[in-house]
Order: sequence, then C-alpha cells, then structure tokens
Amino acid sequence: MNTVSIPGDLVRADQVHRDLYLSPEVFALERRRLFRRAWLFVGHDSQIANPGEFMTCELAGEPVLMLRREDASIAVLHNRCAHKGAPLVSAPSGQIARVLRCPYHGWTYSTDGRLSGMPLREGYEGTSFTQSAAARGLTSWGEVVVHRGFVFARAESDGKEFRHSMGELIEALDLIADRSPVGRLRLAGGVLRTEFRANWKIYMENINDSVHPVTTHASATLSARAVWGTPPEGTVTPLAMRQLLPFGSGYTFFEKMGGRVLPGGHSILGTHQSLHTSYSALGDYGEALRRAHGEARAAEVLAFSPQNVVFYPTMALKGAPQVMRVLRPLAHDRTVVEAWAFQPEGAPDALLESALLYNRQVFSPLSLVAHDDLHLFERIQRSLAAGPNPWVSLHREARGADGAAPRDVGGVDEVLLRNQYAAWAALMSERVTDAAGQAA
Amino acid sequence: MSSPQISPELERNLQALVVREARLLDEQRLDEWEALFAEDGRYWLPASLGAKDPLREAAHLYDDRMLRRVHIERLRSAHAHSQQPQGRCHHLLQTPEVLEASPTEDRFRLRTSFIYTELRAGRTISLPGVAHHHLSRSADGFLIVLKRVDLLHAAEPLPAVEFYI
Repeated sequence: MNTVSIPGDLVRADQVHRDLYLSPEVFALERRRLFRRAWLFVGHDSQIANPGEFMTCELAGEPVLMLRREDASIAVLHNRCAHKGAPLVSAPSGQIARVLRCPYHGWTYSTDGRLSGMPLREGYEGTSFTQSAAARGLTSWGEVVVHRGFVFARAESDGKEFRHSMGELIEALDLIADRSPVGRLRLAGGVLRTEFRANWKIYMENINDSVHPVTTHASATLSARAVWGTPPEGTVTPLAMRQLLPFGSGYTFFEKMGGRVLPGGHSILGTHQSLHTSYSALGDYGEALRRAHGEARAAEVLAFSPQNVVFYPTMALKGAPQVMRVLRPLAHDRTVVEAWAFQPEGAPDALLESALLYNRQVFSPLSLVAHDDLHLFERIQRSLAAGPNPWVSLHREARGADGAAPRDVGGVDEVLLRNQYAAWAALMSERVTDAAGQAA
Repeated sequence: MSSPQISPELERNLQALVVREARLLDEQRLDEWEALFAEDGRYWLPASLGAKDPLREAAHLYDDRMLRRVHIERLRSAHAHSQQPQGRCHHLLQTPEVLEASPTEDRFRLRTSFIYTELRAGRTISLPGVAHHHLSRSADGFLIVLKRVDLLHAAEPLPAVEFYI
C-alpha cells in the first residue's frame, strides 16, 4: 500500500490492482465507504413474518438486527444497547417478548427503537441524560427499503432514491417474485453457508464469469456425463442430472447467453439463454401463473431465466431455480457465502425441492461443483501476491472505452466485471463528507 | 421397531459393518464403500439440527446411488483441482450402539459418535458428529438403507469438505 493510493490508482479501465483483494487496509476502507454507500441486501421479510421476530447479521462490519415492528414495518437497528453497548439479542433469529430488553442492565426498547424503560430511573433525574445520545434509544443502521419482500439498507445516502439506484433490478425482482401466482416469495428450508479464505470480490466476479465453467468445472461435468452415459432412448433424465450436465456447455453457449450491465455494478447474466433455460416443468403451475398474471405476463415471467442477477455488491439471484446467494465479507481474506432457496407462494412444493437440490449440488460446501471454485479462490488469494505483475486482467473485449450502462453485452465480455470495478471505484472514492471527517 | 434384544453375535456383525464402512472411506476404497448401500440407499448430511425432511430442508448432501457415483468419479478425475494434492480423511469412531431392531431382525438403526478429520493441501479440518446407520438384512449380508450424519456444526458455515463424512 506504500506505492499506491486508495482507491484511485487501484482500478484502471481494463485491469485492477491485486491490493483490491490482498490488502487489509483496502478492506477496512470498503467497510467505511463501499458497504455503507451501496444498498446492501439484509434479509427477506419472510424470515420475520410476525411482529417481534428478528434476525441478526453484520452490515459493513457492524452488528445489526432486522426486526418486524408492531406496525408490521421492518427496522434495521444497531444491535447495541444505548447504555453500555451490549448486544440486545445474540441469537441468529428469534422472537422478542413485547419489548427488546438488554440482557446486561435491563434497559428496554419498543420495536421502533425508543427507550421505554430502565431500572432505577429516578437516578437519572437532574442529570443531562435526556440530552444525551443514549436517551435517543436504538438507532437505525440506515435507510431501509423493502421491495417484494427483499429488505435493503443503506447507511449513507448519495441523495438518490432506491428505485434510481436499483434501476432495472426492480423489474428483475418483480419478474422473479411473480413466479408466485400470488406474487410472494418465501425463504424456505434453511440456509447453506460456506466459509472460504478469499476476498469477497473474487466470488462476486465469479458470479459473472461465464468463461470459467469449461475448465474449472470439468471434473463435475465430465463425471456426471460418465455416470449418466448414454441411456436408452426415452429414458427420463432426472432433475439432478438436468441441473449438472449443462455446466459442461462450451464457450459458444456462454458467449451467446448474453448479458446486460447496469449502473452501480449491477448486472444480469444470461439475458438470452442460461444453464437454467430448460428447467421449467410446468403443467398446473404454468396454468396457475396464467390465471393469476394473464397470458402475456406469465410468459414473460417464465421466459426470464437468467444465470444470475447481480445486486452489487453482495447478493445474486437466480430466477429458475429460485435461489439466492448472499456474501458476508468478514475480512480481506475471509468470506461467508449463504445459499438460500425460495418457495414461491401458491406454487407446487416441487419448485422448492428443485431449488434445494440445486443448492446441494452446486453451493454446498460438500457439493460437486463448488469444490473446484472454492479451492481456486483460496489459492488465488495466496498466488496473486506472487511476481512483479500486480495487475488482474479484465481486457476481454475492452476495445476502447466501455459504453454507458445500461446496455446489452455478450455473455463472455469482461465488461461484466469492469462494470463491477467501475462501481467499486465510484463507491470508494473520497466524498466531500470524507474530508470533513464525518463519513470516512 | 423396538429397543433391541439381539444376540451378541448379531450386535457384533452390525457394528462391524459400521466400522468397515468408515475404514473403506479412509482407505479411499470408494467402489467397495458405495456397494455397502442398498439399491435405493441414501447418504444424508443435514444442514440443520433435528432435520426431518431431506427434500424440503437444506442439506449439505442427500445422495442416491447415481450422485454417489458422480462424486466418486469426480474425486478420481484428473480435472479435480481441489484434489491437487490429493486429500486424505480419517474417521475416529466410538463403539456403535444398536438403538433399534425390528422384531424380525431385518431392520436396524445404529448410532455412532465420531470425529472426522480431513487433510487437504496442508490444511486440517476436524468435524465431530453422530452417524445414524439404518441397515437392512439382505441375502448378501447387511446393506445401508440410510446413512444420516448429524454434525455438531451442521448449521454453521463450513469450509469445503471433499469426502463423504
């Protein structure tokens, strides 16, 4: 970090510096800037269906709780008692009893965060307590917006509203949520979590990297092919094989799958076709969707089957199967990735079973597909430090300056990654408030 | 099934299968290991404590014969980057306990406490847990109908684990 400054010298138009992945200082600055300025996915409202239900997580390195209030709205609060800083809840999820009660000294808060009680209240009379920050109760981590059940939060505003920042991702969320005839998704079946020793951006890039499967996933696809062999004509291919075999597609397939880069580092990969295009087994479900949404919308919903919709910087969705990955960055070289499955309400259980099967096969820490990815990520984290060349190449199809997003691109154009790093540089850059010492 | 009143010899034979199953995994004799399963036998590694439904709850693995064969094939593949260098695993078992036996003595459930250790590329991971073997008697001896592995860390973030636990 002695020879380059953060972040100006680290991101060029067609290559990025290895310190992006290797430097603890860069990660610390990401926590102060990028993760506070982007809309971060927090959770899904189906995880906290009833008033008083909560889940905990970290955002930008800060412990927060996502809480369903008495009025059914959703709060994302600092999980820190205003008194002495104790965590209000320690479980990953649960239900509070009427009020939030700190386990340390018994201060209590209503579900809107207001301080509602404390022992020995008379001891505060005649003090300046009511003017102190503690008297304001639990503070919100930032702005909170819920769209189709997806809860996003942002600690620092850039003055632009949610819909502006998310752009076409709103339509993508609507298309995925409308896979339910009643328009509601529910997270179901629990989560698979993998911890790996590499920078979160290596994983985030990989979600948009359609060139790696041919080599990285050869072990899984060749093995699946060898076991499946050439069954007699008319043999029904089991869903497990229908999910695995397409990973063996060639470069031409991936090139033609198409992508769309969006402002803010967001993107859609697989706008024309994806490894998931052939999944939809319809029958009654298709009929239910047509009845609920009309012929045209149902067709549009079922046709939207991208490889990944990337909500930069930490979330990605697949439409079919309905699965979601969430990155939880822990350190510059340590990340947890969560794999969740959705049950579209009013749709057959087979859709949830298909999503859970996909997660087992592709994202489980014991899965067929993830092993080679994770091994390479962890090795890159070490080997990238080697040698005199500090740059990671993003040159593929970088002929001249990249056009403005949103725009359609080829499926193997590394603009899908350059677009992430353009957003990274913008979110990491110094703002006026930084100089004043308020934000940085 | 009722709580077992079985002969010491039968108990020993059932325990021997559980011990052999772990040894075949540790010695990477994976075809012989796979052959211990019944035709419709399943290997289940839940991702939560007290899991009840392998299809509608998240699991790290729920493999039938076809998927076990794909896994085994992959571990041998020259393209399996994560097996360069080749990893090894070790099962340390407590005495398997016969928890259930059917009255006709053709279905059994055994519980075995274990510590699974895996060494790969210089890194060691260690995972304690309990294995439940559901066995059935066949003409060729006992077969595994279900091996369910409940890890202490079932619901925690796990590092990549290469082999069957």
